[in-house]
Amino acid sequence: MTRKFKQGFWLIMMRLSILVSVLFLLVFLFLIFSKGSSVLSLSFLLEAPKAGMTKGGIFPAIIGTLYLTGLTILFSFPIGVLAAIYLTEYAREGILVNTIRTAINTLAGVPSIVFGLFGLAVFVNMLHFGVSVLSGALTLAILVLPTIINASEEAIKSVPNSFREAAYALGATKRQSIMKVVIPAALPNILTSAIISIGRAAGETAPILFTAATFYTRKFPTSIFDEVMALPYHIYALMTEGTSPQTQMPIAYGSAVVLLLLVLSIDLVAIIIRYRMRRAKTW
Amino acid sequence: MVNEILVKDLNLWFGQKQVLKNIDMAIIRNQLTAIIGPSGCGKSTLLRCFNRMNDLISEAKITGNIFIDEKNIYVDNIDIYALRMKVGMVFQKPNPFPKSILDNVLFGLHIKSDKDKSEMLSKVEKSLKDAWLWDDVKDRLHRPAFELSGGQQQRLCIARALATDPEIILLDEPTSALDPQSTAKIEELLVELKNKVTIVHVTHNIAQAARVADYTAFMYLGELIEFGPTDKLFTTPKDKRTEAYLTGKFG
Repeated sequence: MTRKFKQGFWLIMMRLSILVSVLFLLVFLFLIFSKGSSVLSLSFLLEAPKAGMTKGGIFPAIIGTLYLTGLTILFSFPIGVLAAIYLTEYAREGILVNTIRTAINTLAGVPSIVFGLFGLAVFVNMLHFGVSVLSGALTLAILVLPTIINASEEAIKSVPNSFREAAYALGATKRQSIMKVVIPAALPNILTSAIISIGRAAGETAPILFTAATFYTRKFPTSIFDEVMALPYHIYALMTEGTSPQTQMPIAYGSAVVLLLLVLSIDLVAIIIRYRMRRAKTW
Repeated sequence: MVNEILVKDLNLWFGQKQVLKNIDMAIIRNQLTAIIGPSGCGKSTLLRCFNRMNDLISEAKITGNIFIDEKNIYVDNIDIYALRMKVGMVFQKPNPFPKSILDNVLFGLHIKSDKDKSEMLSKVEKSLKDAWLWDDVKDRLHRPAFELSGGQQQRLCIARALATDPEIILLDEPTSALDPQSTAKIEELLVELKNKVTIVHVTHNIAQAARVADYTAFMYLGELIEFGPTDKLFTTPKDKRTEAYLTGKFG
């Protein structure tokens, strides 16, 4: 084989790989949208399910998912960022820190259904939070915590040391240098990865299966101890527990479209934040 | 002539390696003192002893004393943060914060938790004027500092250091990342600034020391070989090593 032929073959393989990836994505989007589009309407977004889940909309599930996601951010973001600050700026590199880091990375690889069981055992039963938004959000928070810690660590590490030196040389304490210089500089990267991981959490089914989600409730969540409907679980329930699959299937796909758009718009927020904040820095 | 910094029998180790050996020197107030020497001679390390920046390196061990204003800065109960406000520092590469020009200069004042806003702003203006940057930036104080040119950024770092009214400014090869025009401007600025503050200037540009410094110290392998008025050191060096370095035989 000539080198020229090898070169050409190599190029073709790469182009084919791109083509396959894009094709799958397009087919995927087309399928979900075409199967779900028949039910999509404003009332689908703003009404509760009716007639044993065969009619009506998914409003309570949207609200439930937003509620869960919001609480998840509230729990996981401060803990994740503080842990990352400690690991990067305070902890001395050594066996202990490496063990902690390995543990965090291992946690990131645990299947989400296991988190669901953990949440059931600890939050629902042991701490008596019951099946509730609180239990679900705490479970989701633990699920996304490793990602937030890792991403924040990377973001903090990428802040040049010369900024820290400059702050110290001006008489800043360690805390001041971190809070006034390092974290603001790392914030765009911390925020974007946190938001993206939380977008992921919004779409998770297994962690909320036993901890927060319910098949149907007419009641809107008024307290964090209420159980809620949630989009991913709603889809799962429609497909498995329904009485009339023909009418429920389109509703499930419609819900999938809404969930997809929700996650995409969360990601879009992250992209916009990153774009706007990155324009300001050029180191 | 008043001594601003008095170094007495200073030794410094990084782990097992001795980086500074028995340094004794007196730096005079409102004069520009240059420290020259080949890479690795310990000149930056010595500079970083004056504001205790070497404290940040955990393996650094220091013996001896340094007196600033006749106060020993190597005693346990010293306020290091107050010391660093009194002894400002400018680094090799311009390192403004990723903040606005205004916020960069305000940084030290915020740290000091000054409250009076109008006084803070007048200090900002004064520092920027002292650093010859005011006319360049007065209409865009809220723009990011990174929009400035390299030379302007370095002058911003000088203004930032001046804002807390330091007595001493330490400069660690402040022009090594700059083009000749920006370098010339900073050199002129330093000569002007020494009327207000004492300047200690590490450089490995021998000609620069000759141009700007009143006193020059030559260091080699961690030792202070020779220290005296710049013209004397350059025209009649006492030590062979000084002469060899100045004439370009090594370095």
